[in-house]
Parts: sequence; C-alpha cells; structure tokens
Amino acid sequence: MMSSTNFIALKSILHKEVHRFMRIWVQTLVPPAITISLYFVIFGSLIGSRIGQMGGFDYMSFIVPGLIMMSVITNSYSNVASSFFSAKWQRNVEEMLVAPVPNWVIVAGYVGGGMSRGILVGCIVTLIALFFTDIQIHNIWVILLTVSLTSAVFALGGLINAVFAGSFDDISIIPTFVLTPLTYLGGVFYSISLLPPFWQGVSQINPIVYMVNAFRYGFLGISDVELSTAFTVLGIFIIGLWATAMYLIKKGIGLRS
Amino acid sequence: MTPALEIKDLQKIYKGDFHALKGISLSVEQGDFFALLGPNGAGKSTTIGVITSLVNKTSGTVKVFGHDIDKALETAKSFIGLVPQEFNFNQFESLTRILVNQAGYYGVERNIAHKRAEKYLKQLDLWEKRDTPARMLSGGMKRRLMIARALMHEPKVLILDEPTAGVDIELRRSMWEFLRELNAEGITIILTTHYLEEAEMLCRNIAIIDNGQIVENTSMKQLLATLDIETFILDLPANSIQATLNDFSYRQIDDHTLEVDVKKTQGLNSVFAQLSEQGVQVLSMRNKSNRLEELFVRLVANKEPAA
Ligand SMILES: Nc1ncnc2c1ncn2[C@@H]1O[C@H](COP(=O)(O)OP(=O)(O)OP(=O)(O)O)[C@@H](O)[C@H]1O
Ligand SMILES: [Mg+2]
Repeated sequence: MMSSTNFIALKSILHKEVHRFMRIWVQTLVPPAITISLYFVIFGSLIGSRIGQMGGFDYMSFIVPGLIMMSVITNSYSNVASSFFSAKWQRNVEEMLVAPVPNWVIVAGYVGGGMSRGILVGCIVTLIALFFTDIQIHNIWVILLTVSLTSAVFALGGLINAVFAGSFDDISIIPTFVLTPLTYLGGVFYSISLLPPFWQGVSQINPIVYMVNAFRYGFLGISDVELSTAFTVLGIFIIGLWATAMYLIKKGIGLRS
Repeated sequence: MTPALEIKDLQKIYKGDFHALKGISLSVEQGDFFALLGPNGAGKSTTIGVITSLVNKTSGTVKVFGHDIDKALETAKSFIGLVPQEFNFNQFESLTRILVNQAGYYGVERNIAHKRAEKYLKQLDLWEKRDTPARMLSGGMKRRLMIARALMHEPKVLILDEPTAGVDIELRRSMWEFLRELNAEGITIILTTHYLEEAEMLCRNIAIIDNGQIVENTSMKQLLATLDIETFILDLPANSIQATLNDFSYRQIDDHTLEVDVKKTQGLNSVFAQLSEQGVQVLSMRNKSNRLEELFVRLVANKEPAA
C-alpha cells in the first residue's frame, strides 16, 4: 500500500514533468506533429499510392500504426532523457534527493511523465492521421496496452540514458544511433514477411518489431508476430529496465559523489 | 534530550583518493544556533552533503534527531531543510511552482503548500516575483528563494550553506533577523559562513573545521573570551608627530596612521589620555580586523599538522 506521503510526492513529480513539456510545447509537441505529417504526405499519399497493398491493406492504413508508435517511442524516450538530464545539469534533481522520496517514486514519476508525453503525442499524431485516412480499430485494449507498455519501456530507457549522460550530446547519441535505426528496421514501413528469411530472423531480435506489430494488430488485426510473444518481450524489457534504473538511482550513479 | 544532529567519526574520501573529511565528530543540541566555520575547501559543504545524503560517506555515523541515516534515511531527511551553497532550482520554473513541488516531495498537499508558499514568499519579500521564472531573480533573491524552499515542509533543523554569500549588508541583516525569528520559534539552525561576524552575531555554538578536521568546538562565548587582544587602527591628522604609548604594543604605520593592540583588561581610555597629553588628535578609529578572524588564524596555525 502506498503511503500518502509517497503518493503526494509521485503526484508532484508527475505534475512537474507534465507541466514541463506543456510549457515548452513548441519544442515538445509541435516537431513530432510536423515530422509525422511529412511522413503521411510523402509515404502515405505520394509514394503509398504507387506501392499498393501491404498486408492486405492500402499502404497508408498499414503505416499509420507504425508511425504513431514511432512518435510514441521517440517522445517518451526524449522527454525523460532531456528532463532528467537537465535536472542533473541544473542540479534541481537534488530537490528530490534531499527529500524523503523513495527511489521507486522518482523512477515512477519520471517514467509517468515520459509516458504522458509519448501518449499525448501519439494522440496528436492519430488526429493528424485522420486527415489522411480512415482509422479502424480492431481491438482497443491491445492498442492501449501496447502503447502504455511501449512508452514505459522507452521512458525507462531515456531515464537510464540521462543517468549516464555527462553532456547534452550524450542524450542524443542513443536516439540517433540506436533508436532511429531500430525503428526504421522495426516494421513501421513494411511487413517483416517481405524480407528474405535471413533478415526476417535478424528482425526478431529487434524489440521494436514486436511493439509495432502488436500495435498494428490493435488497429488492423494483422501482425507478423504472435501477440503473446510481443507482450512477453515488452514485459521482460520493462522488468529489466526498471531494475536497472532502480539500481542506478540507488547507487547514485551520476547523482551523488 | 536527543541532539538535533549527531555526527561521529565521519570520513569522506572522494573518488581519486581525496581525503576531504578525516574523522569529524559533532553534536548540535535541539534549538541551537550553530556555526560551522572554516576556510575554502575545509570540508563544510562535504559535511552538509553527507548529512543531507547528497554525498555518500566513506565511514562514520550521522543521526538526525536520533535517526541514523543508514537505518532510517527517509525519516532523517524529513526533519531537515537544506539551503545549499550553489543555486540548484530549475531556472525555468516560477517561484511558486518550485516551492509547491518541493513541498510535494515531502508529502505536503498542494493546497496547504500554496498557502505556505504565499506565507514564505511574503516574509522573504519575494511575493511580487511569485510567477517569475527563477532565472530572472537577482542573486540575493535566489538565496531567499532557497530559504523559502527549505522551509516548505516545516523542518525541525535548517541547514544553510553560506546563505549570505553575495548578499548585500542590508539584506544580510534582514536575513539574520529572519533566521533569529525562526530559531526563536524553536527551529535548530546550522549555518556555514565566510562572514565571520555573521557567526558572532547569530550563533551560540561553533565548530571550526579546517582541512577535514574539527580544530575547535565550543560555545561562542567561550571562544570570544579566549580572545583577549584587539587591534585598533587610529586615523590621525596628516604629519602627526611620532606618538609614544606606555604599556601598549603599537606601530606607527605612517604619519597619519597608528595601530594599537589593546588587551581586554586595559581599555581604551589610557590610549586616548596618553595621545592627548602629547597633543596628538585622533580623527577616527576602527577595528583592524574581525576578532574572530584573528582567532581563527591563530587556531588554525597552532593546530596545523607537522607534515
Ligand atoms: N565531488 C568532489 N570530488 C572530489 N573532490 C571534492 C568534491 N567536492 C569537494 N571536493 C573537495 O573536498 C574538499 C572540501 O570541499 P568542500 O566543498 O566541502 O569545502 P567547503 O568547506 O565547503 O569550502 P567552501 O567554503 O569553499 O565552500 C575540497 O578540497 C574540494 O576540492
Ligand atoms: Mg562549501
């Protein structure tokens, strides 16, 4: 049972985090909306019409879930990475460290903030998508569960990144060199089944493949992977990353000398 | 009564083998107004860092109102309000948000926190700035903001690391007044300072730390009593004659400045009497340096380890 002190502390961190990205909405909410609109225009409308069908759906409908997922992933990650790093940089992270806030509340608060931004941007992108195509929903619960778990995974990733980061450059390295490639190769733009067998095998070690496909299943009812496998992968990542984040904060890595 | 703060044999070795604290022991009684004094790099902030869990200690124990930070860290933390040496708030947030969030970390409900924020912002003369981003405050205002922040959860002990650094005289006095009132309300106050007169003005007990070690830990009164010589600088008219003073050690610095060492038992009357006998006029007079500073220099020099 959570004590009321911890509950209020958690609410405060969440409140602070949500207020942060809302305050700087021009930097946090507008760019993903523009980027994803461009994807819709270029891949969906211009090129998509020539590609024809993918997985039994027109190309635009096929990529919409993947593009929503892509924006959820980048935004939940970068929200926590920038926010926590800047709290370290400005040293206001000490406000939490001196207070009787348990580590799990700190982790949960930041992750909750990252999830909020990821999911909010996901909603914005979904609205934009409605200008380009109709969106059907096959199973809303799969959609909600996948988006929540995925945003949690990447919010945790962003937190761990920020803990180790020593400069602002360090929080853009992982998104540029790891997240973006994994996302592009994660079945956002194509069905894995189109790949030669070898590359299909390689794709199976890319966790984003599972997230994108589970999410797409929620909308279209099609998936390149088993749903149960996808949720197992998500679960394992959340547990592993949560444990890592807790360990790092407890040790005070990058926080206490 | 349990001490507000009890430190035993505290050691801190920073990464790279720097021995910043070499076995500090201290006890601060509840309700005390305590000064931790020492030169740059003595280990004051490190000590405070360990107490507030911003620095991992190497060994030793710290108890806050009897709660060991190794065993009951969260309880210990809840008693402490910290005003750190460096600004450490989010520069982009408004004052009110900074205060209300901080209260939240201690479990204070938002509506109560808003009332408290108003109270302290008004008391510390920051109310007008409540919606301003913190980075737009002046240095003195930022200090006061950190004091307000430290009080939001109504701590029992307030620890201030050089709260008046970079604060003008007038503001410093009003801060002193504010701290005295807090102390009168029963809050234990521990402060570090470089303004030695500050410790003398405010504090009842004092520890002097140098090079990671406590070199003196006593009451202010006793400390001042051991200081029996005071040096005065007398300003004389230009081209004054060489004066002679019996029973005093003195130095004629130039033709219009005289320095005199006066023992507590001697008093100043005799200095003036002798000078007027010789027809030397005294235009003005001031202390050569802070008494505490002299004392400090002496203490540290005496206890300097041989190596
Ligand atoms: N994070 C750190 N890593 C390594 N050494 C440190 C660290 N922080 C402080 N030190 C060293 O420890 C010693 C004590 O520093 P500390 O900040 O406690 O001094 P201080 O008494 O607060 O000085 P000041 O009056 O200048 O604030 C200094 O020599 C300092 O260089
Ligand atoms: Mg210091």
